[in-house]
Amino acid sequence: MTDPVLRLEGVRKTFDERIVLDGVDLAVAPHEVIALIGASGSGKSTLLRCINLIERIDDGRIWLGDRDISDPRVTADAVRARIGVVFQQFNLFPHLRVIDNVTLASRAVLKVPRAQAEATALALLDRVGLADHARSYPDRLSGGQQQRVAIVRAIATNPELLLLDEITSALDPQLVAEVLDLVRELKGDGTTIVMATHEMAFARDVADRVVFLDGGVIVEQGPAAEVFSRPREERTRAFLRRFLGPA
Amino acid sequence: MPSHHPISDVEIGRRAYRRTQNVRSVLVSLVSTLVFAVIIWLTVVNTPGWERVQQSFFDLETAISAWPRVIAGLWVNIQVLFFAVIGVLVLSVILATIRTLRGPVWFPLRALAAAYTDLFRGLPLIIVLFLVGFGIPGLELFPRNSAQFWGTIALILTYSAYVSEVFRAGIEAVHPSQRLAARSLGLSHGQTMRIVVLPQAVRKVTPALMNDFVAMQKDVGLISVLGVVDAVRAAQIETAAAFNFTPYVLAGLLFVLLALPMIRLTDWYTARLRAREQAGSLV
Repeated sequence: MTDPVLRLEGVRKTFDERIVLDGVDLAVAPHEVIALIGASGSGKSTLLRCINLIERIDDGRIWLGDRDISDPRVTADAVRARIGVVFQQFNLFPHLRVIDNVTLASRAVLKVPRAQAEATALALLDRVGLADHARSYPDRLSGGQQQRVAIVRAIATNPELLLLDEITSALDPQLVAEVLDLVRELKGDGTTIVMATHEMAFARDVADRVVFLDGGVIVEQGPAAEVFSRPREERTRAFLRRFLGPA
Repeated sequence: MPSHHPISDVEIGRRAYRRTQNVRSVLVSLVSTLVFAVIIWLTVVNTPGWERVQQSFFDLETAISAWPRVIAGLWVNIQVLFFAVIGVLVLSVILATIRTLRGPVWFPLRALAAAYTDLFRGLPLIIVLFLVGFGIPGLELFPRNSAQFWGTIALILTYSAYVSEVFRAGIEAVHPSQRLAARSLGLSHGQTMRIVVLPQAVRKVTPALMNDFVAMQKDVGLISVLGVVDAVRAAQIETAAAFNFTPYVLAGLLFVLLALPMIRLTDWYTARLRAREQAGSLV
């Protein structure tokens, strides 16, 4: 196996007395798409926030490429610039036009000249069918369009890793497909993705590996087809029964 | 919206009804305003001392002779206002930003900024004017500056304390997810503040800021206590010369005229914000 893009080793996180992550080990290979599944409060989102250094872990180590990013001497801003994140609520900047949302990180962090950043951004927006909206403000767009812009914003800096935090949970059902199609395309491009999701059908369809979190630990993981059709653990079976209905 | 549908009878009836209702309410308000004004006017004019008050407060000749000096004084007020507004905006943004810094390293700065806003929001402006206007030149630390200069400084000191609190409220009203998104893109704290948080915060508090600006517009008149010949001081001089209070009324009217555009602009902007939020609903 080639060197992993991301490696977690015994990651622990507590909020006050509550243990949210209780020793998580995970390695993500280049071009791999991982779906984190589990009930609300199982630690999926916290795990993503720890990887992006938004939350400080209480123990364990996180490696991005060959750098230990849990080392306090690491510059968090530089690490975050190498990781793209898409949130449930889009979190676009409402006072900036779509094009400025997308080019902000390139210009402010990577110091790419504006013209060049805009050319890249326009090409990406064109690909997702939103080039016409480049000069619009986010509130003129539908939820699905906003989320696609948020995804484009996250990949505009060409990050090594893309984190998707339940990106379809705030969308109307008929808008979910357009966002998921884009994720599918990104997988086709070879983007390395870790996504927390409640879309089981999508996870089964797109993810190379499904990781089931419960009570802050990885209960079970494996190829999507396997975890969904032949779960080994009782807890996984119980969770899937609740989510998919009795098989 | 152009439409080729014929308008139904029901809608025609509704429109006619609304029209008559509108005409009626306009008439009612016109009449009641007129009646009210006449009553006030008759009451004032029929007071025993009206003749004398009219002479010493509303004398056209005195107003005309005081005009050049008072208007020259108002120009001083406008200059002070101009520099004070710039100073207040810069200082208050710095103060507000300091007060939102997190982490123990920044405690001394944060505490200093908090103490500053506490002090200058508590101190009456007129006391600050005296202390700064007479005290600081007394130190003989700086080259002699005009009273106008120190008056401007005093205004900046006092108003920055208020305006920084307005900015701080705006900064804290920007949803934390905005900060989160910006930091996730790799932006530093400073960049996040400058590019993402502050522009949104300013938008949220613009009506409040404009209101503070209106308040400041008239408080520039207080620099007259330092001996600056502004509109208020000029009116005072003219009043003493003519034994007539009309110059004060004149100066007052000029201050109102100065403030009116900003007051209207504030109302318009607030209404526009509300319209945008309500998206055209009736209530």
